[in-house]
Amino acid sequence: MFAELAMPLFDQLYNFAHWLTQNRSDADDLVQETYSKALRGFSSFQPGTNFRAWIYRILRNTFLTSRTGLKAAATVVNLDEAVDELAVADNPESIFMDQSQQQILQEAIGALPLHYREVVLLCDVEEMPYKEIAETLAVPVGTVMSRLARARQQLRQTLAAKLVR
Amino acid sequence: MADLFSAKIATYLDGELNGEEMRAMDTHLRQCSSCSADVAAQLQTKRAIKLAGARYSPSQNLRAKLERQLVQKQPARWQEWFWFPVFAVLLIGLGLYFSQGTRSRNQIYGELADLHVATLASANPVDVISTDRHTVKPWFQGKIPFTFNLPELNNSDFTLIGGRIAYLDQSSGAQLIYQIRKHQISVFIFQNKNLPGKVLSSSGKHLSFSTESWNEDGLSYFVIGDTNAEDIHHLAELLKSAAKP
Repeated sequence: MFAELAMPLFDQLYNFAHWLTQNRSDADDLVQETYSKALRGFSSFQPGTNFRAWIYRILRNTFLTSRTGLKAAATVVNLDEAVDELAVADNPESIFMDQSQQQILQEAIGALPLHYREVVLLCDVEEMPYKEIAETLAVPVGTVMSRLARARQQLRQTLAAKLVR
Repeated sequence: MADLFSAKIATYLDGELNGEEMRAMDTHLRQCSSCSADVAAQLQTKRAIKLAGARYSPSQNLRAKLERQLVQKQPARWQEWFWFPVFAVLLIGLGLYFSQGTRSRNQIYGELADLHVATLASANPVDVISTDRHTVKPWFQGKIPFTFNLPELNNSDFTLIGGRIAYLDQSSGAQLIYQIRKHQISVFIFQNKNLPGKVLSSSGKHLSFSTESWNEDGLSYFVIGDTNAEDIHHLAELLKSAAKP
């Protein structure tokens, strides 16, 4: 039962773990520990509720309590307060027309602070609805929306800066 | 006024506006070229992030290790141990097969979403303009290497707007534009053999568009639009019944 629910999520959980840890061996450890914790705690999972949000939450909490996770999260505390005007600055979207620029975008995502990176990945890569992201991150939907807006704004600014260079 | 809508574009593309807001945005976009351009640009970013974000794949080693970890927790009868390597190899193979299939499918949907958006943004969205299926279908003769049937729409809310030739992976196919209420829907038809991956019957959401796809007689059908899933399904059913001899 657990494997039936958990194994189809393996590839995407791994991708998310790698983006969080930014390193293959830490990502391997994180995924293994997540599956191990999830299996042990599977009796506490309520059938009929959202398994994906549940296991992503375990993965994220496991990461946040790890050494690299603590460090990554610590750099983010003030960012939630640093609200800039959410103006859409010069749209650098046209850059994506060229697939060879994918690397620039990947670097820009990797350079986002943890709480912004995770929300963009869950929304745009995993295509989770806001409600599910809120459940995964244990924050209100309003926080998901504001982090998403800031993350996208920061992504635009980073990309615009790279374009100018 | 435009600022109000402009601020909601990202939420609109995330599919998170309620029905009324969605309709108001649709109406506004038809009148505001600046917001329409923003929608196209942000949609492109969203798609680029999806592609760039699916960056890392687990090693086969890790998968096998995990499979072992999960199996060890089950009651260990010798039969299960005997079959374990076979299952592990099968699972790895199936995993690879499906992950590749999923990527190809996502790639197809991404490209079709682009074609759909580009068509709607075009000053001449269709090459054959007609609400009459008996005019639209023959127009494709000699232009694409296959033929198809179009449904009778008399008793439905859908209107046929017209058609054009669409290209996917260097092969030609048909694109038909239908309208329901104020939403425009694209129907794409391609030959299976020319597509990068096998198209399975499915319905769902891709980049906030509702989609449905299926196979029939060597052809792959894709219905894509920003209307609700029921409308998409209804149009799909009409097309399926028309395709039956």
